[in-house]
Amino acid sequence: MKLPRFSRKTLCIPYAVFLLFFVIVPMCVILFYAFTDRQMHLSFSNFLRFFSDPTKLSTIVYSIVIALITTVICLLIAYPVALILARSKLKKKFVILMLFVLPMWINFVLRVNAIREFFNLLSQADAMSGLSGANIFKTIVGMVYDFLPFMVLPLYTTMLKIDESLYEASKDLGAGPVTTFFRITLPLSMPGIMSGVTMVFLPSMTNYVVSDMLGNAKVTIIGKFIYEYFGSDWHMGSMVALVLLIVVFVSTLLTGGFKSEENVRGTDL
Amino acid sequence: MTHVSLPLLAVIPNGAIAVCIVLGLLVLGLGAAIIVLLCKKLTSRQELAVADSRAKRKKGNRRLLKSCLKAGFVGLVLLLLYLPILLLAVYSFDKTDMIGRFQGFSFKHYSDLFTNPKVLGMIGNTFLLAFLAATLSTVLGTMGALGMYYCKKRMKTAIHAVSQIPVINAEIVTALALAVTFVAVGLGKSYFTLLIGHMVICTPFVVLSVMPKLKQMDNSLYEAALDLGASPFKALMQVVLPQIIPGVISGFMLAVTLSLDDYIVTVYTRPAGFETISTYVFNATMKGNAHTAVTLSSFWALTTIIFVVIVLFVLISNLAGRRKKEADR
Repeated sequence: MKLPRFSRKTLCIPYAVFLLFFVIVPMCVILFYAFTDRQMHLSFSNFLRFFSDPTKLSTIVYSIVIALITTVICLLIAYPVALILARSKLKKKFVILMLFVLPMWINFVLRVNAIREFFNLLSQADAMSGLSGANIFKTIVGMVYDFLPFMVLPLYTTMLKIDESLYEASKDLGAGPVTTFFRITLPLSMPGIMSGVTMVFLPSMTNYVVSDMLGNAKVTIIGKFIYEYFGSDWHMGSMVALVLLIVVFVSTLLTGGFKSEENVRGTDL
Repeated sequence: MTHVSLPLLAVIPNGAIAVCIVLGLLVLGLGAAIIVLLCKKLTSRQELAVADSRAKRKKGNRRLLKSCLKAGFVGLVLLLLYLPILLLAVYSFDKTDMIGRFQGFSFKHYSDLFTNPKVLGMIGNTFLLAFLAATLSTVLGTMGALGMYYCKKRMKTAIHAVSQIPVINAEIVTALALAVTFVAVGLGKSYFTLLIGHMVICTPFVVLSVMPKLKQMDNSLYEAALDLGASPFKALMQVVLPQIIPGVISGFMLAVTLSLDDYIVTVYTRPAGFETISTYVFNATMKGNAHTAVTLSSFWALTTIIFVVIVLFVLISNLAGRRKKEADR
């Protein structure tokens, strides 16, 4: 028997099979479970139960609001940082960028634990107890803290690509710094903003670890439902997951797709 | 209560200590900002030396103020980023498990960390899993990226689109989908499913970091190797692979980072009784320190060790960069 001739294309077969079995099939299984009942009959009861339950709908809105606030704060902090780093002629800017990424080497549960202890300490200082007592406030701070690197990196990589001569041209043509920012920097860094927003918005809607550890389990976001249903009702859990999946795809479409070049975690570390 | 080693701290109320620590760390951060500034100042000073007229000097001063503000902002954000970690680092040397009142200096938590078989087991689990998942993901991802690069356009777009799903998808949806599938198919939950779970979140990122290197690659070299009589496999290993190896390495590093950082996928796909650092710390935090076999303070010691490794890493890469620059000169 002769082995089939080696071709470069065949190299992608293992990966394609892997994706088929562990990405596409699970998505289909979720879809199947979401629209069946416990007897495995086709049913829309999960769907109806989900959308007629006011607590679920309010939790979705609540999660979206928390995620929006987190994303905006992250953007407001990360944008200037990325701009300063990308435009500075500093020789050591790569080292400073590394400092933003490296906390990721510490497991994020440990990082959230650190934040939690920090708040505990602050609440011992009487003046701060009111501020650090608010569960939502703590949750949002924790999320900003955790997801900030995901915002800084894509912004930095897109800004680094902006041609320096554009700034010079803008200056030569008489534009002030404000005009230059709104006409050049902002539009050209838009792809970075979009991928940064995607990378921060979705985790902060679903990562219940942060809200559990910092919100004293009083802040419930949509990801927590999946966790709760995982123990009892897979069909309902799958429905929640499906809704999240749809949110993911709608937000991806809205932000104009995901550019792999601006990929966050994918920059050379 | 005994406050032998630090009697001064015992007199001051807890709240004041907290404020003092915060202020002390603030000063530390400002120090960092000043270091950043100094690097800038050196470049600005050269400009100032050139500027002889007063107007130019005034402009230089303004520029200096501006760069001060910029460095201050970056320094402040970095400070806030490292403040909680520094706090844990300080209290990892405390005798007790409580944060808020420093009771005395000791290496107790560090010796706990290295002698408790349970903790060692968890750390071993975490790192072995990260290493295995990253290695397998790197092999699979690199092969996938290579194959995709040479595939027909339509096939390439299709694989690429599917490959993006785990990247943009919420982690919990991926985790639930995998867990439900594994159980429904009858695989149950084992080390194998855990490994697959980690590979699902890591491999797409390896592909994403290898792809750009493939695009920059010089295609004619492969053709030349074939013309010179190399087999396609040999040409791939000896000509193509060396050109994309930076992407492969950063993909591997990324996969290790993602796997170490993961909690959600681990929880949903792990076999019963398997603990990694993240699952243990989460449970211990939720239950409270008193009810756990291993105190969280040991993990503060671990956090400190990782933190020190980070700092060393930055310092070494900084020094290496400088040496390289000097060598280039």
